[in-house]
Amino acid sequence: MTEATYLNARTTIRSWVLTTDHKRIGILYLVTLIFALVLGGFFAMALRIEHLTPGHTVMTAMTYNRSFTLHGVIMVWIFMIPSIPASFGNFLLPIMVGAKDVAFPRLNLLSYYLFITGTVMVLVSMFVGGIDTGWTFYPPYSSSTPTAIPTALLGVFVIGFSTILTGLNFVVTTHTMRHEGLGWMKLPLFVWAIYATSIIQVLATPVLGMVLLLVVLDNSLHWGFFDPARGGDPVLYQHLFWFYSHPAVYIMILPGMGVVSEVVATFARKNLYSYRAIAYSSFGLAFVGFLTWGHHMFVAGMSTFDAGAFGVLSMLVAIFSAIKVFNWTWTLKGGAVALKTPLLYVFAFLFLFVFGGMTGVAVAAMSLDVHWHDTYFVVAHFHFIMVGGTLTAFLAAIHYWFPKITGRMYSERLGLLSAALVFAGFFVTFFPQFLLGNAGMPRRYYDYPPQFQPLHIVSTAGSWVLATGLLITAIYLGHALFRGHRAGDNPWGSRSFEWRTTSPPPTHNFHATPPFDIDPYDYTQPLPGTDDDPAAEKEAA
Amino acid sequence: MSDTTVLAPQEHFATIEQQAHAARLGMWVFLASEVLLFGAIIALFTSYQVHYPDAFRQGVDHNTKLLGSINTGVLLTSSTAVACSVHALRAGKRRLAGLLVAATIALGAVFLVIKLTEYAKHFHEGIYPGGAGSFFQVHHARGLPEFWTLYFGMTGLHALHVTIGLTVLGVLLSRIMRAELGAASAHRLELGAIYWHLVDVIWIFLWPLLYLA
Ligand SMILES: [Cu+2]
Repeated sequence: MTEATYLNARTTIRSWVLTTDHKRIGILYLVTLIFALVLGGFFAMALRIEHLTPGHTVMTAMTYNRSFTLHGVIMVWIFMIPSIPASFGNFLLPIMVGAKDVAFPRLNLLSYYLFITGTVMVLVSMFVGGIDTGWTFYPPYSSSTPTAIPTALLGVFVIGFSTILTGLNFVVTTHTMRHEGLGWMKLPLFVWAIYATSIIQVLATPVLGMVLLLVVLDNSLHWGFFDPARGGDPVLYQHLFWFYSHPAVYIMILPGMGVVSEVVATFARKNLYSYRAIAYSSFGLAFVGFLTWGHHMFVAGMSTFDAGAFGVLSMLVAIFSAIKVFNWTWTLKGGAVALKTPLLYVFAFLFLFVFGGMTGVAVAAMSLDVHWHDTYFVVAHFHFIMVGGTLTAFLAAIHYWFPKITGRMYSERLGLLSAALVFAGFFVTFFPQFLLGNAGMPRRYYDYPPQFQPLHIVSTAGSWVLATGLLITAIYLGHALFRGHRAGDNPWGSRSFEWRTTSPPPTHNFHATPPFDIDPYDYTQPLPGTDDDPAAEKEAA
Repeated sequence: MSDTTVLAPQEHFATIEQQAHAARLGMWVFLASEVLLFGAIIALFTSYQVHYPDAFRQGVDHNTKLLGSINTGVLLTSSTAVACSVHALRAGKRRLAGLLVAATIALGAVFLVIKLTEYAKHFHEGIYPGGAGSFFQVHHARGLPEFWTLYFGMTGLHALHVTIGLTVLGVLLSRIMRAELGAASAHRLELGAIYWHLVDVIWIFLWPLLYLA
């Protein structure tokens, strides 16, 4: 007997590419994102291979410049910024608030196609000259380089538009589509995280859009908004750019934190130590994130007073992050912890995020940053946060919700193995980069003195372990997609709302009115109507 | 006839009130985003103003205060008209609502005509964005090109918003005339009106910066 699910409701290609079902749109995003991850990862591997030896190894300096730019542009703008909100946010947020869909389903589909359009524009720019500015597009170089700046930047602009519309949709959905009786304090924490992220997306992205547009005008029409020859000031670009791009770090990490909250509660089978602290600290991060952009500009001619103020504000980030980290660890303490793949990824997240966060506090101090600025130390720091944080959370989410989305189960043994490989590979890739940066290796350099070679070799070797881990993941997940055994509706025994419907869910998410009387983290009583219900178990026996 | 029809909500909404609430909130969130979009370029403008007080003074003085102020009056009046049209539609006075929306569109068009006249004058004087044109061979004040580039950028972006607003209002007007919008669906007109108010509010910020400061 096959149940009606969102997957088998209609199976034509048209029913997928023109769908307004938030779950299918989430899947479209997921597929596109994984493609972006592979492409960005390809450039990363190429860069690491180039650094095996000083000087020329496999590519010219120009190819190197274009490769690190594309690596950054693809990973930041096409993979990480949309990653968890656009895929899992789309799939889960309406279910978690007990709605049939997002508030504006057609707008949701439009967001996806805007995202595709922007992505295609960035990819086209690869073939019409590439870009060699780095993912930050700093003028005056970006206003004068003859490479394909307009195509790539307009592509990012269009992706930004898509981000804003997605954020708007989620904000309105959370406010107006909650099921009757589902107050804010009963929402799963993933919803809080996505909501806080959406606010940043809506308020910060337009600033980026504006500033990119101005650079395009500078580059193509020579309007000179940031051109010193016309009285422009390139440092003002940096202010506006980081006004967006620092909060963008929270666009990347807050959804990951939402995933961590869900996974921790489910696998510890415990209510979170403090629901409110986790929910509100997301807003603390979102808010403080708007006041810290100056820490990217300590060496761009900033007064000592401003640098001090930005430094202290940046350190506040650590306080809100620590509130979350202590909450999660305290929740795990004394819980009935089941070490499954999603939780192993969460452990990786915790370690890497705390490690990266501590180095973040260090670089927020101007005196230290002057030494580390634009070196591999900073590269290692933000990879710990962005890859060690966002990517591990993304992988945790893929495994945790795999049975929800597909109705099937992956191989737990291979899952644990590859999670361990990803963690080890990541650490071996990026830890040496802290040492390289501290020793003076500047970022984005093609060449380096021979004494740096051993650390570069270790880093490159680590990247192969990381890639192997991801490759194994792709293989067993691909296999499980078609051959995995049926997972049942709630294989983890979670209390969260998305597990209170069938897996995969039906097109309108719930077969009947879902019961929201039991809190999403209440493990003190059985969940009626699920495998977890002792009454049902007795019947089955 | 449509005035008394009870509208059915889209299937993922429980009630039409919920749907209207969502649409209204969506519009406000969008406007918040728009405010930040203009906020970015206004921040850039004020930064350069602090850098180059004399050049920006010259630039502002070069603009015709009268035309800028007339345009402010035109937009404010149009905003009042569109606000009244929502009330009229809600009260079931469809014809009056249609007239008021038509008046809003006419005033918006007047705004654009005045704006384009000003542009024509600038071009005639040799003022182009990016410090191009004969004007800048005579006037050398450092920062003057930035003033005019930002002037064109800000007013151009605003004019684009006016044009989008006029298109939206045009569609709404035709739907009112075909009786597709009535008292029950007045919130649709309200959405267009809120957007038009934003266009107005942004001009209220551009006007002192570019004509009066
Ligand atoms: Cu930052």
